[in-house]
Amino acid sequence: MKAATLLRAGLVVLLLTLVLRPELATPLLAPLAPPDGPVIYERASLLSLSLSHLGLVALSSLAATAVAVTLAVLVTRPFGAAFRPLARTVTNLGQTFPPVAVLALAVPVMGFGAGPTLVALFLYGLLPIFENAMAGLTALPPATLDAARGMGFSRWRQLRRVEIPLALPVILAGVRLSVVIALGTATIGSTVAARTLGEVIIAGLLTSNTAYVVQGGLVVGLFAVLIHDALVQLERRLTRR
Amino acid sequence: MSAPGVAFALTGLALLLAPFMTLAANRIVAGEGVAPWAVAPMAAGLPGLLAIGVGLMLGLVRALPRLRLGGAVLGLAGAVWLLAAGGPSLLEGADQYARVSPGAGFWGLLAVFVLLMADALAQLNPGPAARAGLLGLGLGGLAILLGSGALADLSVAQEFAGRSDAFVAATLRHLALAFGSLATAALIGFPLGLLCHRRAGLRGAILPLLSFLQTVPSLAMFGIMIPLLSWLAATLPAARAIGIAGIGFAPAFIALVLYSLLPVVGNTVAGLASVPPPANEAARGMGMTPPQRLYRVELPLGLPILLTGLRIVLVQNIGLAVIAGLIGGGGYGSFVFQGLNQTATDLILLGALPTVLLAMVAAIVMDILVDLSRPKGRA
Repeated sequence: MKAATLLRAGLVVLLLTLVLRPELATPLLAPLAPPDGPVIYERASLLSLSLSHLGLVALSSLAATAVAVTLAVLVTRPFGAAFRPLARTVTNLGQTFPPVAVLALAVPVMGFGAGPTLVALFLYGLLPIFENAMAGLTALPPATLDAARGMGFSRWRQLRRVEIPLALPVILAGVRLSVVIALGTATIGSTVAARTLGEVIIAGLLTSNTAYVVQGGLVVGLFAVLIHDALVQLERRLTRR
Repeated sequence: MSAPGVAFALTGLALLLAPFMTLAANRIVAGEGVAPWAVAPMAAGLPGLLAIGVGLMLGLVRALPRLRLGGAVLGLAGAVWLLAAGGPSLLEGADQYARVSPGAGFWGLLAVFVLLMADALAQLNPGPAARAGLLGLGLGGLAILLGSGALADLSVAQEFAGRSDAFVAATLRHLALAFGSLATAALIGFPLGLLCHRRAGLRGAILPLLSFLQTVPSLAMFGIMIPLLSWLAATLPAARAIGIAGIGFAPAFIALVLYSLLPVVGNTVAGLASVPPPANEAARGMGMTPPQRLYRVELPLGLPILLTGLRIVLVQNIGLAVIAGLIGGGGYGSFVFQGLNQTATDLILLGALPTVLLAMVAAIVMDILVDLSRPKGRA
């Protein structure tokens, strides 16, 4: 436990340094850059790219969570039962769609920029959350539901006070999955002119500047790993309660 | 009445108001939408429109899933018929650089009929053999349709005609990346999973490490492979001799293998753990040696979960292999990213559509295999 905390703190410090004071990493990255080439990405500040990257992910994940959980609640009510097999099939088939393909297919419809990235992240993010929310809401112990009904809870109150809280850890696992996928897909979003950290990696690939590739890759990778870890901790805390 | 059927019918009718095809002056500029009833002269287009309408209506009958399936097939046929009729008629008299493409209406109707088909199939719940047969029929129909040249006037087909050799090469490369990394991951992952199953200590060390790898965004992973491999190629002449280089096939392949390890190892561990202890006890009581137990008891019983891991890997790698296009690794991704660079929509589609099709076929085939591997008498 102690070692894990230390490791976490170390990674956070490394990430903050790379984002806020990238020039400190020059000695480490210099051997990777082409001779006389630039070492640190300077066309945009890493901070602004990070904020825009995280903003895209946060916005799309929030919207996806709201829509997916609402849909899962509707489908698990008696009146939505007719749609349940269809919903299962859609989540199964939909998740075989590669995220990159979703992004590429959004471009012809929406043009370049942050728009198609946001839509692709949102659409792709829906599925894992919906799947988990459905699993969580259908696997509740019947005795608990009977007890709630016996106490005279209205349907709405039962949903809000019993079903959602019990299903929350499973729903959160879906959110975590979809956030991690979104972080990765947003990186590729820079090929369609969204402002994300992928820009640094792509610039490195285009100019054969490995220093850029490593810099961008490290920052994105660290964000993904730390955010994933934070969500895992949150889930653990909720399950323990 | 089927509630999803009503939703499909309403959506389908609304989609008939959307542009069914688009006509553009060349391959770069945005096209102008053409309504479904205007894409072809009435005599040529009417059968297609009728089939779409009747297909949507047949989808309404809840009690007869076979009829709904028939409706979905009829509707798909109608939409394709209209597309095939619209191509030549829109291009007639147009400039030689003009391009016709399917529009929002076509894609929407395609999605509606595929969902209707999926809904009807979920009702019918066919067994593995029936599903394999249906998949074969579907792919056969698609092959005949594409081979017949009925859709040759479409813009995607013209992009293909200009690069059929490159397309074949990209297909082979994409398959080599996806299946090659799957095989490699299985060769490493099964023994590793077995070890993790036997030793809890190892399991606690390996699984978190692999899930950490899984978290790293794909572009970052592909990117970080480049310096590692160019360093390897520069220091070890032997590595260079077998074709390892900073960009190209090798970094993409290794990145895919790394992503594949978690599902393979994790599901191997879960599969072996799912073997009921009494089965193992009985095998031991019969005097089976540990290897015999592994091959005759543990593997057969854990097989469905093992195969589920391979399904996840295969579908995931078919999608991730697209990123290889960014680092010179080839595959369908090269069309996708070329298309994005040139803002040529149809070139993007030429890369994205086969990827999606490949991933779906892989998922369906693997699901069939998982079902077949289930021991008889258990759900």
